[in-house]
Amino acid sequence: MMSRSDRRTTSRGRLTRRALLAGAAGAIGAAAVAPVSGQQAIETTRRPGRGPSEIDQRSPFVTPRRAPSATSSRTPLQDLRGTITPADLHFERHHGGVPEIDPTRYELLIHGLVQRPTLFGLADLKRFPSTSRICFLECSGNLRRGGPDTLPQMVCGLTSQTEWTGVMLSTLLDEVGAGSDATWFLAEGQDAAVMTRSIPMEKAFDDAMVVYAQNGDALMPGNGYPVRLLLPGWEGNSSVKWLRRIELADRPFMTREETSKYTDPLGDGSTVRQFSFVMDARSIITDPAYPRVIEPGWHEIRGLAWSGRGRITRVDVSTDGGASWHAADLQAPVLPKAHVRFRYLWHWTGGPGEIMSRATDETGYVQPTWDALREVRGPRTRYHQNPITSWTVGSDGRVLFGAERLRS
Amino acid sequence: MIGTDARVLGRVVPAATLAITMLGLSITGGRVSVTYAQATPPQRASSTALPDTFGFGRPATPDAIAKLDIDVMPDGTGLPPGSGTVADGAQTWGRFCRGCHGPEGEGGSAAPLVGHDPSGRPLTVGNHWPYATTLYDYINRAMPRTAPGTLTPDQVYGLAAWILAKNEIIADDAVMNAETLPAVVMPALGRFVPDDRRGGPEVR
Ligand code: HEC
Repeated sequence: MMSRSDRRTTSRGRLTRRALLAGAAGAIGAAAVAPVSGQQAIETTRRPGRGPSEIDQRSPFVTPRRAPSATSSRTPLQDLRGTITPADLHFERHHGGVPEIDPTRYELLIHGLVQRPTLFGLADLKRFPSTSRICFLECSGNLRRGGPDTLPQMVCGLTSQTEWTGVMLSTLLDEVGAGSDATWFLAEGQDAAVMTRSIPMEKAFDDAMVVYAQNGDALMPGNGYPVRLLLPGWEGNSSVKWLRRIELADRPFMTREETSKYTDPLGDGSTVRQFSFVMDARSIITDPAYPRVIEPGWHEIRGLAWSGRGRITRVDVSTDGGASWHAADLQAPVLPKAHVRFRYLWHWTGGPGEIMSRATDETGYVQPTWDALREVRGPRTRYHQNPITSWTVGSDGRVLFGAERLRS
Repeated sequence: MIGTDARVLGRVVPAATLAITMLGLSITGGRVSVTYAQATPPQRASSTALPDTFGFGRPATPDAIAKLDIDVMPDGTGLPPGSGTVADGAQTWGRFCRGCHGPEGEGGSAAPLVGHDPSGRPLTVGNHWPYATTLYDYINRAMPRTAPGTLTPDQVYGLAAWILAKNEIIADDAVMNAETLPAVVMPALGRFVPDDRRGGPEVR
């Protein structure tokens, strides 16, 4: 029962083995044809392996890949086992490409309603008291309603999790003397979209950060190197990357990304929801999922759950298409505004089934069905779609995306 | 761009005021009181009190600020001198925009900018943009996509004029500048409402 990436890697792995065998003049060629138990465990002991290197690389048998499109790149959720996304697999979404920024020439300008307009170099930002925080990021456009052959990555791979390190925005605002009349700030990137969002000052003094490290290392270019804004729990677009400027003001700026985009026409046909920052609770089963084919017996149903409003308090799993629900185990620590792993042990007896998960967060919010979302929002909202999703299991063990659940 | 542009500073335009009311934000003691964020535990525990200032960074001069401060607000704050007519805009459109957005502002590979269907199909400047100033701000910062930031203020004013006229929001002989653009009342202005999701059991 291989995942897609295992299969890919096995064929890649064979190539590698063949190359090795060619080097060994085919002396042990027969072994590659019919695996003999214990054989490989002995083979690798018969010659020294590679020496230490400057930078490690994944085994040639392991090739998780993001799924890029013209504007985004999706995290391979089905290939990951924990809650921290490797930096090179973090999703990307940008509107003007990834700029190349020389850190020695980088500066962050903070101005507007402040007493001391200031330019901070990267080294300046790193001198301030630092903070690390594990939280998820998610694009608010993170739902694809594909057909039965849809991978978890394609359903909602525009979410990832990182341990971010940087300085609290409030520390910087104290440094520049933020005016008490400031109610919003503009965050602006130095990419070719010169991305801009208006953010309420309340968030600045709650938990907003200006970060320069991703999982302990410098930010990846696609995630804002050298510096990005981080607004835990809020739609990814507002955590502006390649941050060059913060301007404090007494009203929102009404940029294109908070008027034309990232706003939602509602079901009444006349109003449009604006400044919808918080990501509501959501979950997805990442295994078993398409394209796996499973056999009868025990399976641990595994997945991720998260909420932009705080902690996940429970995840329920159904194996009968929602007729009955069972509490899944949550892997500690359960952090606020963070991906948490859930697990539920399932004995599949072989008949057709449908597995699904439903997250609840500490505000009492329960992840809705697609129909419930449509009911309250109408047919035309584009962002913040967090419906319960499912995987169907056929009698032949084939696992397919529950595309029918998202019709209508 | 706030507080630095004497030309437009202090003008109170109803659109901006309306925006605040619309959002339902109550402003007390200078801080917006909205409930977007859940209170989260303090992220940083320190044994020593923070100094009043660290003295890091260097003062930003007005020149340094002006170089980067390109944003334009609904009341026109931040708009530069210059102007453009619908006819000017048509010319610039033909040279720099039609390839992606189509000759008439729709039907190209990029999103349509023209369309009046009040039910909002598709979403365009005509039925979904609440402020005309956003056109200046966005075109100036991000378009044309392959060479952003290369248009002159006159060209951007002209393009804004052409797009607004195509959407039948302004007359074909209108001139757009720092005075007239913020005064344009967009069809979608009254449609925007603040996010009312608050967590809890109710799905919104
Ligand atoms: C190379 C193709 C290309 C060219 C040339 C181009 N655009 Fe665009 N334009 C785009 C794309 C793609 C987007 C969407 C960008 C995004 O969503 O980040 C866009 C978005 C826009 C938007 C916002 C649309 C919306 O609904 O939010 C406006 C306004 C716009 N362009 C105006 C112009 C103008 C004016 C010009 C000429 C000066 C121009 N564009 C030239 C590709 C182009």
